[in-house]
Amino acid sequence: MASGKEIRSQISSIKNTQKITSAMEMVAASKMRRAQDRMSASRPYAEKMIDVVCHLAYAHTEYKHPYLQEREARRVGYIIISSDRGLCGGLNTNLFKEAINDMKACNEKDIEIDICVIGSKASAFFKSVGGNIVAHTENLGDEPSLENLIGSVKTMLDAYAEGRIDRLFVVFNKFVNTMTQQPIVAQILPIAVAPAEDHKRVRYHEMSEDDDHADMKYHWDYIYEPEAEEVIDALLMRYIESLVYQGVVENVACEQSARMVAMRSATDNAGDMIDDLQLVYNKARQAAITQELSEIVAGAAAV
Amino acid sequence: MAMTMKLNIVSAEKELFSNLAEMVIVPGAMGDLGILPQHSQLLSTLKAGEVVITEQGGNQESIYISGGLLEVQPHLVTILSDTALRASDLDEHAAREAKERAEEALQDQESGIDFAKAEASLAEAIAQLKLIDKLRKKRKGH
Repeated sequence: MASGKEIRSQISSIKNTQKITSAMEMVAASKMRRAQDRMSASRPYAEKMIDVVCHLAYAHTEYKHPYLQEREARRVGYIIISSDRGLCGGLNTNLFKEAINDMKACNEKDIEIDICVIGSKASAFFKSVGGNIVAHTENLGDEPSLENLIGSVKTMLDAYAEGRIDRLFVVFNKFVNTMTQQPIVAQILPIAVAPAEDHKRVRYHEMSEDDDHADMKYHWDYIYEPEAEEVIDALLMRYIESLVYQGVVENVACEQSARMVAMRSATDNAGDMIDDLQLVYNKARQAAITQELSEIVAGAAAV
Repeated sequence: MAMTMKLNIVSAEKELFSNLAEMVIVPGAMGDLGILPQHSQLLSTLKAGEVVITEQGGNQESIYISGGLLEVQPHLVTILSDTALRASDLDEHAAREAKERAEEALQDQESGIDFAKAEASLAEAIAQLKLIDKLRKKRKGH
């Protein structure tokens, strides 16, 4: 059995760790609230963007954008959004597992893979296991800004436009609630027309009061200013960026809430450990006293 | 009462305006555009400038946007405002930087994912997490 002093120093070191983890929990909790606010603040933009792209899918445009056209997949791109820091439980691990499973399915079909990593955890992971990383962004911090993402996203969009990749997926953690984060692999290119169907209900609801929905079925096209190509390019580029941005913002909220939960259980565990050690320490102390007493008594009896 | 249309102005960071409007004047790429209800479908890029809204009832309001996109449906106008300053050469520069960072990070690195290695390291991490979970439960147990 360890001596009393050793146990005492162990207890004090665990106490120090506990202080750190509980401080981290509180920091994560306050950051999480802000991250959630940011997530809900950016939602209207993403929704309106989806609405506009849905309208566009209904329009009979003279210019068919490559982003809207399906082609056979020979090479695919993944945008992997991870956190920059660890200590957030299984968040990144689960995400990479999901991504690897998806990539493996591609690999079996002889489809090659290009990766764009966002966040240093993803970059460290895919560096260690190999993988063709074509773009790389990290240190987005707690307040990710769109400007920092433009470069990476454009690299992938250019690759798509030039035909180097035929599909583009984004992998991120979806914020379900504080306790649950769900890793998701979503296809962003080519833009599936399916979302238009999904959102039809919402749109219908919005438009029914003007009875405008019926018009959507007829042949119509937009008036473009300046040129169809230019406007649609700009629109779809922003659409993709907003999807990626939304992913990043959600991932930040996930990271903070996962960290909060992980740190809370670390604090609890430290508490349990201190209790256990305290018990061991008391027992050892008691044993030492008993032994000392019996030695004194034995000594007295001997005299 | 004058006819109205639904007007939404959003930027990536927040919703700027969402209400009924009688008219809106926007800084289009080819010059200012005044949009009234029943305008036919229109898509346009926007320059940085002022958006002037005539709300239902005649109140005027103006919002500054730093460029973006405009979509017009007969009863619905959506303005997607940019938050970042955009220019194609700036974007190009950002893309090149992202690529360079990737290349730097990838020096002397074989391509092609080693799935076995990836799975092994994932399995290891998951096993660790499971162990922690188990230990936690055990601790709770006594």
